[in-house]
Amino acid sequence: MSYFYSEEQKMIIEICSKLVEEKIKPMRAQLDEEEIFPSEIIKEIGRSDLFRLFIPEQYGGMGTGILEVCIATEILSKGCLGVATSYAASGLGFLPILISGSEEQKKKYLPDLASGEKLASFGLTEPEAGSDAGSIKTRAELEGDYYILNGTKQWITNGGEADIYTIFAITNPSKGARGASAFILEKGMEGFSFGKKEKKLGIRASATRELIFENCHVPKENIIGKEGMGFLIAMKTLDKSRPAVGAQAVGVAQAALEEALNYSKIRNQFNAPISSFQAIQHMLADMATNVEAARLLVYHAAKAVDENLKESSRLAAMAKLFASDVAMKVTTDAVQIFGGYGYMRDYPVEKMMRDAKITQIYEGTNQIQRNIIALDLIKNGF
Amino acid sequence: MNFNVIVCIKQVPGTIEVKIDPKTNTLIREGIENIINPFDMYAIEEGVRIKERLKTSFPDLKVNVIAMTMGPTQAEKILRDAISSGVDKSILLSDKAFAGADTLATANTIASAITKIDDFKIIICGKQTIDGDTGQVGPELAKCLGIPFVGYVSEISYLDDSKINVKQLKDKKYELLEVNLPVVLSVLKEINNPRIPSLRNMMKAKSEIIEKWGLGELGLDENEVGLQGSKTRVIKIFKPEVKTETKIIEGDPDKQVDELYDELKKYCKV
Repeated sequence: MSYFYSEEQKMIIEICSKLVEEKIKPMRAQLDEEEIFPSEIIKEIGRSDLFRLFIPEQYGGMGTGILEVCIATEILSKGCLGVATSYAASGLGFLPILISGSEEQKKKYLPDLASGEKLASFGLTEPEAGSDAGSIKTRAELEGDYYILNGTKQWITNGGEADIYTIFAITNPSKGARGASAFILEKGMEGFSFGKKEKKLGIRASATRELIFENCHVPKENIIGKEGMGFLIAMKTLDKSRPAVGAQAVGVAQAALEEALNYSKIRNQFNAPISSFQAIQHMLADMATNVEAARLLVYHAAKAVDENLKESSRLAAMAKLFASDVAMKVTTDAVQIFGGYGYMRDYPVEKMMRDAKITQIYEGTNQIQRNIIALDLIKNGF
Repeated sequence: MNFNVIVCIKQVPGTIEVKIDPKTNTLIREGIENIINPFDMYAIEEGVRIKERLKTSFPDLKVNVIAMTMGPTQAEKILRDAISSGVDKSILLSDKAFAGADTLATANTIASAITKIDDFKIIICGKQTIDGDTGQVGPELAKCLGIPFVGYVSEISYLDDSKINVKQLKDKKYELLEVNLPVVLSVLKEINNPRIPSLRNMMKAKSEIIEKWGLGELGLDENEVGLQGSKTRVIKIFKPEVKTETKIIEGDPDKQVDELYDELKKYCKV
């Protein structure tokens, strides 16, 4: 299907499909089983210019829209959601710099992130601040030329693997969420260390770690925007990044659908391929219809973000919510169509089902997405 | 100073089911998408890597990687694919007179084109094509140019602006060779893992103007190229006949084993 892709978008699809077939698929089972971070594949993604997409040309990027990032993420997610998460998480990490960073910060950090030479990571979540992101406790106090950071971030994607971190910390505790600020940290800064690598249900190729700040000295020029802007920057970042989580969900769902469809044609029971049974046919029809609807909502939301439409925040939340619920359902149904074989690690669908679950949880749980959608509806109407 | 790396590539049918026209003894290419000969992908990648290596060790050296192919106008597609994979520029050698060339006439034509490029230092070919399967153009090219040839290269272990150390696969061993430049190399698939095209290179490939050189540009005579310039002719191409025979051995298992043993003895020394 063409979806009226532009020439550039078709090239992105071609590149990502090659990456999936030649580099990701042959490795994905091992990356999952042994929980290996896909450094070589990430380098290859960098060489293919995919980290350049959303970064403006003057900082070494290609200045495309979020839609192009979504297309790339969708195709990479067909190969392995763990790999695609590592790719997308770098984008999430550099978005705060792109959205609110100073010219000097953009010049300093974006070119190496655009080339893929360095990876970025986004640090907001804390043990006591998940959906309630406003209650973060990590503290940043200005002392002379440095902010001194103390606290812990939890479940940070690309933690330990990334070189550049955008970290949210409280500069003014009396103001609550309005007292939060964003900072750029570099791996190796004094007082900045990593906790254990988490063992996860899925996306096991991606690295998830704790970030620990113990009197970490961050030069004061590393603040993004001004003191107190942190929460706003985080929300603006997530509004832009959410369609890409929807794209991850569409990719993994599409992959599971293709696997199930192919398998249903070769698996014979009662002397006939199971694709000849209406029970299976209706499952496949529902899966395909839902994937199609999810994809179009993701593309629509991405375009709305690119056009800066006032509904973009709501649409981005809808895309993330709907696509991730579709991904969970479709991957689960794919395992069902495979039957006992689907439950075995010899086939890729059980991994897809384990991987898909995270898309309903991270970058704002689907319950939080419903809050965003409802509050936007009540406040702004149509 | 310029340091030109030339990668010789060929378009081949992108299928394993090649059909041969029994009348002309040539491949039937209609309806089959052409691709870069898979072994040439390693040649392209190595060319691009040579440029990247020299950029670090000799920053003042101007290294260009040029892909070259001889073929019909449609072969432009694989030259664009080569740009997508990182080469700087592509040249198409195309002329009606080039048609029907054997390996020597092909090598002669390519050699004439290469001598038009100043400062050519390393010429890289894949070890063989998947259609003709001869593996002859590389060594013949070196002979035409009067420069050394090293075939079956699995590694370039050292490289500077005047010499190169390579690991060459022999029957059951490897040899490490130091060769002065210029040189023609043919490379094995072990040498690298070709990269995925980059978006910027793909966009460049789309708009790039591919230079086309014919008989006139190369200053060759019609009887030096194509069918006329060929020293060999393919008289017939055929599939070797494979005879199969089935014999069912019956009786009790001990007798069957004895009989099977005797049968096998007829075909090989058991």
